[in-house]
Amino acid sequence: MTATEAPIPDVSTSAAGNPLGFGRMLRKEDARFVRGQGHYVDDVNLHGMLHSAILRSSYAHARIVSIDTSAAEAHPKVKAVITGKTLETLNLAWMPTLSGDVVSVLATDKVRFQGQEVAYVVAEDEYAARDALELIEVEYEPLPAVVDARHALDPDAPIIRDDLEGRTDNKIYDWEAGDQAACDEVFANAEVVVAEDMIYPRVHPAPMETCGSVAHMDKVTGKLTIWTTTQAPHAHRTIYALVAGLPEQKIQVISPDIGGGFGNKVGIYPGYVLSIVGSIVTGAPVKWVEDRSENLMSTSFARDYHMHGEIAATREGKILALRVDVLADHGAFNGVAQPTKFPAGFFHIFTGSYDYPAAHCKVTAVYTNKALGGVAYACSFRITEAVYLVERMVTCLADELKMDPAELRMKNLLRPEQFPYTSPTGWEYDSGDYPRALKEAMRIAGYDELRREQAERRAAAAGPDADPAAPLMGIGLSFFTEGVGAGPRKHMDILGLGMADGCELRIHPTGKAQLRLSVQTQGQGHETTFAQIVSHVIGLPPEDIEVIHGDTDNTPFGLGTYGSRSTPVSGAAAAVAAQRIKDKARIIAAAALECSVDDLEWEHGRWFVKGDPSQGKTIAEIAMAAHSSLELPEGVEGHLDASVVYNPPNLTYPFGAYICVVDVDPQTGVVKVRRFIAVDDCGPRINPMIVEGQVHGGLADGVGMALMEVIAFDSDGNNLGGSFMDYLLPTSMECPSWELGETVTPSPHHPIGVKGVGESATVGSPPAVVNAVLDAIQVRQADMPFTPAMTWRALQGRNLRPDLAIE
Amino acid sequence: MQVPAPFEYERATSVDEAIALLTRHGADARLVAGGHSLLPMMKLRLARPETLIDINGLSDLDYIRVDGDEIALGAMTRHAAVLDSPLLAEHYRIFAEAERVIADPLVRNRGTVGGSLCQADPSEDLSAVFSALRGRAVIRAASGTRSVDLRDFHRGPYETAVGPAEILLEVRVPIRPRTGSAYQKVERRAGDWSIAAVGAFVQIDGDTISDVGIGITAVGAEHFACVAAEDQLRGSPATPEAVAAAAATCARSCHPSADQRGPEDYKRHLVEVLAGRALTQSIARARGEAS
Ligand SMILES: Cc1cc2nc3c(=O)[nH]c(=O)nc-3n(C[C@H](O)[C@H](O)[C@H](O)COP(=O)(O)OP(=O)(O)OC[C@H]3O[C@@H](n4cnc5c(N)ncnc54)[C@H](O)[C@@H]3O)c2cc1C
Repeated sequence: MTATEAPIPDVSTSAAGNPLGFGRMLRKEDARFVRGQGHYVDDVNLHGMLHSAILRSSYAHARIVSIDTSAAEAHPKVKAVITGKTLETLNLAWMPTLSGDVVSVLATDKVRFQGQEVAYVVAEDEYAARDALELIEVEYEPLPAVVDARHALDPDAPIIRDDLEGRTDNKIYDWEAGDQAACDEVFANAEVVVAEDMIYPRVHPAPMETCGSVAHMDKVTGKLTIWTTTQAPHAHRTIYALVAGLPEQKIQVISPDIGGGFGNKVGIYPGYVLSIVGSIVTGAPVKWVEDRSENLMSTSFARDYHMHGEIAATREGKILALRVDVLADHGAFNGVAQPTKFPAGFFHIFTGSYDYPAAHCKVTAVYTNKALGGVAYACSFRITEAVYLVERMVTCLADELKMDPAELRMKNLLRPEQFPYTSPTGWEYDSGDYPRALKEAMRIAGYDELRREQAERRAAAAGPDADPAAPLMGIGLSFFTEGVGAGPRKHMDILGLGMADGCELRIHPTGKAQLRLSVQTQGQGHETTFAQIVSHVIGLPPEDIEVIHGDTDNTPFGLGTYGSRSTPVSGAAAAVAAQRIKDKARIIAAAALECSVDDLEWEHGRWFVKGDPSQGKTIAEIAMAAHSSLELPEGVEGHLDASVVYNPPNLTYPFGAYICVVDVDPQTGVVKVRRFIAVDDCGPRINPMIVEGQVHGGLADGVGMALMEVIAFDSDGNNLGGSFMDYLLPTSMECPSWELGETVTPSPHHPIGVKGVGESATVGSPPAVVNAVLDAIQVRQADMPFTPAMTWRALQGRNLRPDLAIE
Repeated sequence: MQVPAPFEYERATSVDEAIALLTRHGADARLVAGGHSLLPMMKLRLARPETLIDINGLSDLDYIRVDGDEIALGAMTRHAAVLDSPLLAEHYRIFAEAERVIADPLVRNRGTVGGSLCQADPSEDLSAVFSALRGRAVIRAASGTRSVDLRDFHRGPYETAVGPAEILLEVRVPIRPRTGSAYQKVERRAGDWSIAAVGAFVQIDGDTISDVGIGITAVGAEHFACVAAEDQLRGSPATPEAVAAAAATCARSCHPSADQRGPEDYKRHLVEVLAGRALTQSIARARGEAS
């Protein structure tokens, strides 16, 4: 089109050029973010506000002999110094975790991990607060630390949780899923069995914004307002009410702009509680914002699964069974955030995307002297560990059978006609066409050509003029099935709160709308996507729909955003609410047009009289009519509002096929990701640009975890990943230009057919990268992250353990 | 937020004033140049100077120029200027190759040559570069100016020949004809410090190596150099065998310690690989066979 030609009018676009429903549009929230006008917790500054800081343990395991706070209290700018002893008098020294354990707010008896909260200072400014920390004297009696999870259950291991009555060891639980007897029988008779040990090491979600809060307890009104970095504001409000005994109607939790969550901001941290205590004690608002090292060392980590996997198959490559033994390192307190009935999260979806009848998993969780957490970093409640296991095991099987890993996968993938499919461990996959996605990924990659190139390079490397520095080329595959959108109330709750989420849609008289959500965006683009969902159903322009979230006084109850649940749960609520509006609009239109509702037909955004399109009412006109003096039929209330609580009938099951190509320098062990092809199927894409952004981020996560991210501990329990100099996040220099593809298989049970996508790429990509590295160096098994040293040692056949200090 | 312990702040407008301020405030005063090493240490409260003397106003120390038969780099020259310098590119490719992998553009825009050398971090890259090139540091005190061979400049981790009331003015590097140089570094990620890095220059006379310098960082090489390997190569033919033997000497004579960047055996192996590559590339460049 040249500039002089008149643009072709597009009726499916709004005046602002946005799609009236699904399609690409710029994110509404970006107008403030690109101008630096986001409003984060640390931007909250209240009149008379005080600042605070936490003194943390330098030991991983030590008895507290004494704490002397007198010098800190004498600091002229210090307003309060709080220790575990102070909290004991308020019955607040300990608080419940999200998984039935307790965790100390400030340590009273012992410290149990390096970085644990020991004392709290409130001062006039943050400099004084930090200065005063140095004036607190703590006398510790160091104890031996449990660092290696594999020794946590040794008979002579120190007991970490002697605060729990009757504790004689460090075991948290044993849990299993699947039919062990049937599975063992298949294994006993199988032609081929491959067994491998692998670690999914401890990593950290490391959101750009660290955790923090500003608490303001108004002594006169008795109202507590807390601005805080939370992915789940309503759940936090209820927990504050339960823990601190505050009346819930007097608690307002505000989660303003959040600079990334990834599961790091689901739980309640001692710092949040301390800022509340600080405000109660001083009568002033109190801000607490942790620094980067505090975030990395003390807040919710992810993974830390030691897995022993076994896969059984026929010689022809038909997979028969998979079993796995997991040793789960939960740190010093069991603080995972997951549905109550699933202590190992959704790990038992580990059978993956393949068709075989027998599976069994056993998970043993242990305490160690490390920070708590476990479910975070876009893991979909540990589906990332599950996908890693099955995708590594299938690749090892291909290696054993000398079969191409794509061919082996194709042979065993679930077929489209098997859906809905009930997995051996009881999951009901809603929909999928797996072979189509894998074929599409192979097409984009030029898979056969890549294998040819690899064969040529390998032949050259074996030849007489071989260059010893010639890169080793590797190709890795991963096929993942996710399960997101927790979840059905009868199966899923957190602390007894069912996982249904609410939404309220209000169309104002002028036809502009407000949508109030219980979920909370941390960068996912909810303000845009949810407006598009409503637009899709009722045809209002997305720019006319304001999305409101993150303030418990102004939004309906729900459990928040994590586990890729917002679109599957709240997105469904929004679609249903919009549908109710549309239905009610029809009744009002019929009243206004003086016809019967059955005479009306819908075109996007408007009800009109069948056969006479000129006789009709737009949603905006109907909204005005709904608020006017127009007489409405018996039983029909005025106004145009709807409020919905959506109880999902099932999870949604997005899936995808990923292919990674790497080049490894055989002499230095340096891995370069040459290409990454990602075909995702998350059902229809509401805003393809936002979906692609989510996928890009997740792929970068996968490269990070596979190549550099890890938190190891030395034998004293010192955290070796406590800064961004030590805990490495990938940069654009390590990421190739992503090559994305898509297939679309709608969810049959979601009102608009969509599935979650926030975590797909983080879940699906690590095994693709790892499989590629191991394919390059032709080693069956070694653990990520493949830093140059780890890769070189794997090439030497002397693997390093990623979870321990390198010696 | 990580915040430093309280400190006083002064701004120097001349080298003499900087020295006077250092003298006045005593041993607990520190110069601050780009601040990219000092400020992080202060925020972690690993360094707690009582007075910071800001020398960012000393723009007369920001230069890269030919001075006689040497190239002089002023202490306040930023990494970014070293990276982009056509003069250095003409004589010593090692500079741009090292600078390209020092930190990231933000750090390179502020961090200085002087700050890098005076920080004397055992993994610092420019120390290896200047050590390879056998540069000289020019240091000024109230009493006058002296010059120290770069290989005597570092007195240990985080310790240099610069005294408490002294300032590093510039670093000088001899210009050598028929010379090629190169820098090879392996890091875990762009912007990370070296696991190991080796820089070299080789001067060729016919088929013979007439002079050579090898700088090594992050693996405990004495004076960021390997004198034994240089002695082995000087006067020998520029062959792959000679290079391989020298690279093996580099690996043998350094003292790496294990950390999360890698175990000792890997680091030693890496030194051998990188020394081989840096020397081979330097020779090819000296011969005009490689860019
Ligand atoms: C994220 C990050 C990554 C980095 N990665 C690398 C890397 O890969 N390789 C690498 O080599 N470096 C790296 N660095 C260090 C970087 O190069 C620093 O800029 C440099 O080390 C210090 O320079 P500066 O000017 O900032 O020094 P400053 O921090 O200002 O000073 C450092 C020390 O030198 C002293 N000093 C400064 N100037 C003088 C002078 N003229 N005379 C006497 N004393 C002086 C100061 O008193 C102080 O003790 C990294 C830094 C960061 C923050």
